[in-house]
Amino acid sequence: MKHLLSTRDVTREEAIQLLDIAEDMSAVNDREVKKLPALRGKTVVNLFFEDSTRTRISFEAAEKRLSADVINFAAKGSSVSKGESLKDTTQTLAAMGVDAVVIRHGASGAPQVLAQSGWIDVPVINAGDGTHEHPTQAFLDAFTMRKRLHGAGSRGKGLDGVKVNIVGDILHSRVARSNVWLLQTLGAEVQLVAPPTLLPHAVNTWPVSVSFDLDDALAQSKPDVVMMLRIQQERMHDAFFPNEREYSNMWGLTQERFYSLPAKTMVMHPGPMNRGLEISSAAADSPQSTVLEQVANGVSVRMAALYMVLTGEREVTHD
Amino acid sequence: MTNPDLLIKGATLPDGSRADILIEGTQITAVGKGLSSASATTIDADGLVVLPGLVDLHTHLREPGYEQSETVLTGTQAAALGGFTSVFAMANTLPVADTAGVVEQVLRLGDEAGYATVRPIGAVTKGLEGIQLAELGAMANSRAAVRVFSDDGKCVFDPLIMRRALEYVKTFGGVIAQHAQEPRLTVDAQMNEGEVSARLGLAGWPAVAEESIIARDVLLAEHTGSRLHICHLSTAGSVDVIRWAKKRGINVTAEVTPHHLLLTDDRVESYDARFKVNPPLRRAEDVMALREALADGTIDIVATDHAPHPIESKDCEWGAAAFGMVGLESALAVVQTTMVETGLIGWADVARVLSETPARIGGLATHGQKIQPGIQAELVLVDPATRRNFGVEDLASLSHNSPYLGIELAGQVVATIHQGYLTTDDRTLVAADVVSAQAEVVARG
Ligand SMILES: [Zn+2]
Repeated sequence: MKHLLSTRDVTREEAIQLLDIAEDMSAVNDREVKKLPALRGKTVVNLFFEDSTRTRISFEAAEKRLSADVINFAAKGSSVSKGESLKDTTQTLAAMGVDAVVIRHGASGAPQVLAQSGWIDVPVINAGDGTHEHPTQAFLDAFTMRKRLHGAGSRGKGLDGVKVNIVGDILHSRVARSNVWLLQTLGAEVQLVAPPTLLPHAVNTWPVSVSFDLDDALAQSKPDVVMMLRIQQERMHDAFFPNEREYSNMWGLTQERFYSLPAKTMVMHPGPMNRGLEISSAAADSPQSTVLEQVANGVSVRMAALYMVLTGEREVTHD
Repeated sequence: MTNPDLLIKGATLPDGSRADILIEGTQITAVGKGLSSASATTIDADGLVVLPGLVDLHTHLREPGYEQSETVLTGTQAAALGGFTSVFAMANTLPVADTAGVVEQVLRLGDEAGYATVRPIGAVTKGLEGIQLAELGAMANSRAAVRVFSDDGKCVFDPLIMRRALEYVKTFGGVIAQHAQEPRLTVDAQMNEGEVSARLGLAGWPAVAEESIIARDVLLAEHTGSRLHICHLSTAGSVDVIRWAKKRGINVTAEVTPHHLLLTDDRVESYDARFKVNPPLRRAEDVMALREALADGTIDIVATDHAPHPIESKDCEWGAAAFGMVGLESALAVVQTTMVETGLIGWADVARVLSETPARIGGLATHGQKIQPGIQAELVLVDPATRRNFGVEDLASLSHNSPYLGIELAGQVVATIHQGYLTTDDRTLVAADVVSAQAEVVARG
């Protein structure tokens, strides 16, 4: 794996490899000394054109635990405000001599443009691009599901036959896109649940089933996992739905809906949550919720991704 | 003083017959077998097809205002290298071509350069803002004698303004060329809305945003009894609407760009901004429908929508990139590749869609005529047997944002003749000083 740009071009073998390496990394994170020397002497830059403290801190923790030198570069401006250009910033970093770029950008495809540009010739990890993809989020979600389902016996396993409902703003969600492709590759059955306004026009071409009715979807599919997506409140001003109350009533994981779920159903959310809008506190704070595990697993998965693209190794060589 | 006479030997005419063509001064003086002339420069046209000089009804020359992208000189050089002898220059310059002063400036720059007849297009509304009519009559009565009006780049979205414009230009036999794009349905739109946009996470530009405006405007043209031209049709649904309108007797003409005849939206998978264009590249079904419509006459003409942009506007992430592609140098080759090589049309049809009909729509009497004695010598010689990987060396435009770089295209322009003199000779652009000197000779009469 040279880059990690999209989950769509990751094979099942590579995906399981990454998840297995993340298991090793997770073991490191449970030790007293949470550090591996794997990337000693390598410099990784976190190039963030968009604010995301959560994702940046998670990558930074992963990089430091692998003993990499870390540069945080918060580039001002985005494609919209015409601040610093992607090209100039990247060429500056290339001149400094970095070994990998972790990029978050507001424009879909920016990491791919960077990877194929020739401006810099190092591995690129997509930390979220526009409404396109967020691959490490999908890997941490898959890791979390696998761990809950198989515990210590997770290694080598996919998610075959696991029923996942992804609920909310699919249209604008990079998390949803990365999850759809990765979950399909790992053998899961995905159902998307959303108002028709928040589904892509050509969603019928995706390897998923689609429902507009959350109660119906939960009752019919008896999902193993319900993944709630964050709703951007400004969407209602663009007539995607009338108001928050109606959205919450129809597509939120309300307390009532949550209690109707079987006790083994996992409740996931990529964070940050809008409590009372797409998810109730009853659901978010229950033992079925994986929200905090997701955060912890994010570090392990990002360590695995960095390890794979930077060392080219397929398994962790223990010290 | 006159320019050197030219004798074209053994060219294949659009109807397939072969003939020699003698050009003396600015005129074709003889067409027939076995012509000779002691004084004329001879051009061996064995194996070459001769067409009336191509006419582009939709060119962005960028001057005044955006000279870092293109100038009237470099844009008409690109035209000459692509076999065009006339271009209609779109109004979205800075300042906008919404007054007699600006259109006369563009006209003068074109005349001085001498590579092609430049016909300025006037804006429909002041500043392309869609609110108040531009000085349509002043532009029509200016030295530029504007007959085509367009807010291209923007849609005349207000139905009342569109109705008034359609009516008003009847005063001087003008035509409104509409860039059909419903603005509310295309807020922040980045590419065709469909399977690819869903996957790439790019905001969609739905077909209905084009089709709904065309449907509205053909009905307005019917109601007002006016003449309407639709720019760059890009969808199968638009073809259906135009076909219906023509059957109903509505006075509408339509154009398609070369890129919409060849390229599809899966090109965007690379996020390579050279493929970012407005209207966007569509599905394969749309491309096939556009080709059929061009062949059966539903679509009247091919126009390039030549849209130069500097490197920094394309060498960036997709969302930040500008819309548009250069197309003058490649247009004829793309039409040969997509329409002639596929057997959909012959060379007489190429002459019709790239010269005769665009000249007629634009009211340009000196161009797009049947090749015969007594007409102004506006000609292009094309070698249909050439196959080449299109490259930067095939461009004369100041900008290099061509989507065809590295793609194999059929056919190449060998020579272009404008007002009786060569602007492209032996597949190479003739130097600017030579061309402008010959243009000056013609201007002095
Ligand atoms: Zn246009």
